[in-house]
Amino acid sequence: MAQILHSAPRFSSIEGLGDTLSAALGDMLVDVTQEHGELLLTIKRDRIADALRLLRDEHEYQQLMEIAGVDYPQRPERFEVVYMLLSVTKNHRLMAKVSTDENTPVPTVTTLWPVAGWLEREVFDMYGVLFDGNTDLRRILTDYGFEGHPFRKDFPLSGYQEIRYSEEEKRVVYEPVELAQDFRSFDFMSPWEGADYVLPGDEKVAENPEPPKAKEAKTTDKPSDTGAGAKADAKAAEQKSDAGPAKDDKAAADDKAPEPTEDRPAKPAREGKVADTKGATEQDKEPGK
Amino acid sequence: MSGLTLEQSPTTGDETITNYTINFGPQHPAAHGVLRMVMELDGEVVERVDPHVGLLHRGTEKLIEYKTYLQALPYFDRLDYCSPLCMEHSYVLAIEKLLNVEVPLRAQYLRVLFAELTRISNHMLNIGSHVMDVGAMTPNLWLFEIREDCLNFFERASGARMHSAWFRPGGVHQDVPLKLLTDIADWLDTRLPELFEDAMSLVVDNRIFKQRNVDIAKVSKEDALAWGFSGPLIRAAGIPWDLRKSQPYDVYDRMDFEIPVGTNSDCYDRFMVRVEEVRQSARIMKQCLAEMPEGPIASDDRKVAPPKRAEMKQSMEALIHHFKLYTEGFHVPAAEVYVATESPKGEFGVYLVSDGSNKPYRCKIRPTAFSHLQAMDFMCKGHMLSDATAILGAIDVVFGECDR
Repeated sequence: MAQILHSAPRFSSIEGLGDTLSAALGDMLVDVTQEHGELLLTIKRDRIADALRLLRDEHEYQQLMEIAGVDYPQRPERFEVVYMLLSVTKNHRLMAKVSTDENTPVPTVTTLWPVAGWLEREVFDMYGVLFDGNTDLRRILTDYGFEGHPFRKDFPLSGYQEIRYSEEEKRVVYEPVELAQDFRSFDFMSPWEGADYVLPGDEKVAENPEPPKAKEAKTTDKPSDTGAGAKADAKAAEQKSDAGPAKDDKAAADDKAPEPTEDRPAKPAREGKVADTKGATEQDKEPGK
Repeated sequence: MSGLTLEQSPTTGDETITNYTINFGPQHPAAHGVLRMVMELDGEVVERVDPHVGLLHRGTEKLIEYKTYLQALPYFDRLDYCSPLCMEHSYVLAIEKLLNVEVPLRAQYLRVLFAELTRISNHMLNIGSHVMDVGAMTPNLWLFEIREDCLNFFERASGARMHSAWFRPGGVHQDVPLKLLTDIADWLDTRLPELFEDAMSLVVDNRIFKQRNVDIAKVSKEDALAWGFSGPLIRAAGIPWDLRKSQPYDVYDRMDFEIPVGTNSDCYDRFMVRVEEVRQSARIMKQCLAEMPEGPIASDDRKVAPPKRAEMKQSMEALIHHFKLYTEGFHVPAAEVYVATESPKGEFGVYLVSDGSNKPYRCKIRPTAFSHLQAMDFMCKGHMLSDATAILGAIDVVFGECDR
């Protein structure tokens, strides 16, 4: 990255740390990247506990601050589990991640840091990632008796059940979600950036999304390649009229702006200068106008 | 009289007294919110604690995935509602890191000034309620006076007492009037030290307060590291670790302040670390007020920060920028960052994954109280039931943040 302009927390940047750690981790490592000054290690799922033990014991990453789950439904192993490590002696942060799916457990790190217990419980609760060796893998944030893993991308934002206190039954009752108004989701992707929806009336385009492609792209370097010869040119010249499109006299008579269709009272004059925010943004006093 | 026998229960002496389990909360006033702790007691001694959290889980992280970056900001006020601006701080810094956008110096000073004011207001609440949890009433009332002053300052800066939404990507939302800054300076010189030191003089050497806190829930340095402690709890354990100092953000590297550390790592030390932090925060605020330059309060990158209202009346381009920012928002280049700042309660982190669109792909919030509460079990073990409130008070837990 070029120049650092932001004022986010600055921790020490260590020259060649990525190489040192990737040498130390050896075959446990899948990938190492560094962006925005943050080191990100991708580690083989089975070896995560070993790798983190190595980082803790030999590379001074004493603290496990957080375990985050992320869901990428389009990947074969859809979940990522990201471990945030902190070294208070080197003043350095590190992220280590593994990927997994719904059924493959990730080895627990509760043996290394007791704090991992709840952090793993949270990832399990929210994503359904299993942790092999965590002896207390209960739900933690969701309701007692909750079903499903709410932070998965395919779990609806509104959930499936809503609760309320029922005056008749004198207890809290669970009911299927009924929304008075749908969640308003706007599509802000501009058409130039590739919208993935079909406009109404455009369904046929969606059925045949791509026209058959030519084997070679056709180029028109020479006039003879255009497919239109001298004959076509002559034809085109013939149709051209000198005076442009004929004018309609009747249309010219109606050139004025149309009369207003209803009587509207004129708006009151705005108070204040243009730059005056209050005057400029003030609504008309009468309601409904 | 012969044949006199004392009336005895037929099973006295034979009966083994079994442990019993109680529910602490979720409606207990000392639980600082909706915490349910299932406690196993041996008489009055705590054997095991199983905190049940999540009663205030609102799915903030999921909601953020459906909002643009700017729309998601007010959710952070509602995490730790005792220190809203410090919550926003991590989030805006994470966005700025992804965008690599420069923040004007005045905005950085304003952010530090108000983050420290937030710290004072947060500590007022915590110190006060901690003292009240162990039996003292008066200091709490005085400290709430200070907190009320802080909230008034927030209101004058942003229009809202608590949920300010005042830190924005690229700077702050609005500049503050000069009178507000002079009033804060006056307040720091007169009212804050007076009220605060008065209240503390009642507590810090108080015999009863010490009996309730000294040597309660001692945590070794090793345990503090292993259990993911941060903030006043790790400093009370004797580790001088403060992100404002070690990983400075905004203009903290220009500030001159001390990091208080504890020697005994008990509830009393945690309390005293917070007391000293209030004084240091006041010190930082005075430096901010003295050094704060004039200038813009938000980035001049119109793809991130909106134009001024007056400019919009004159310039078509400004109007378009404003419209685009408040409908579509800005697009953030695809990357992932973890940004943590020193909130009053400890390390508050935001793990932000961007996929290049105008909404966060994933926003994981690292709460402080989550790790600390998990340590309740081993901190309470062997202590009396009544100590649990002191331990909980010294953790400084707010459930908006813990449960998200």
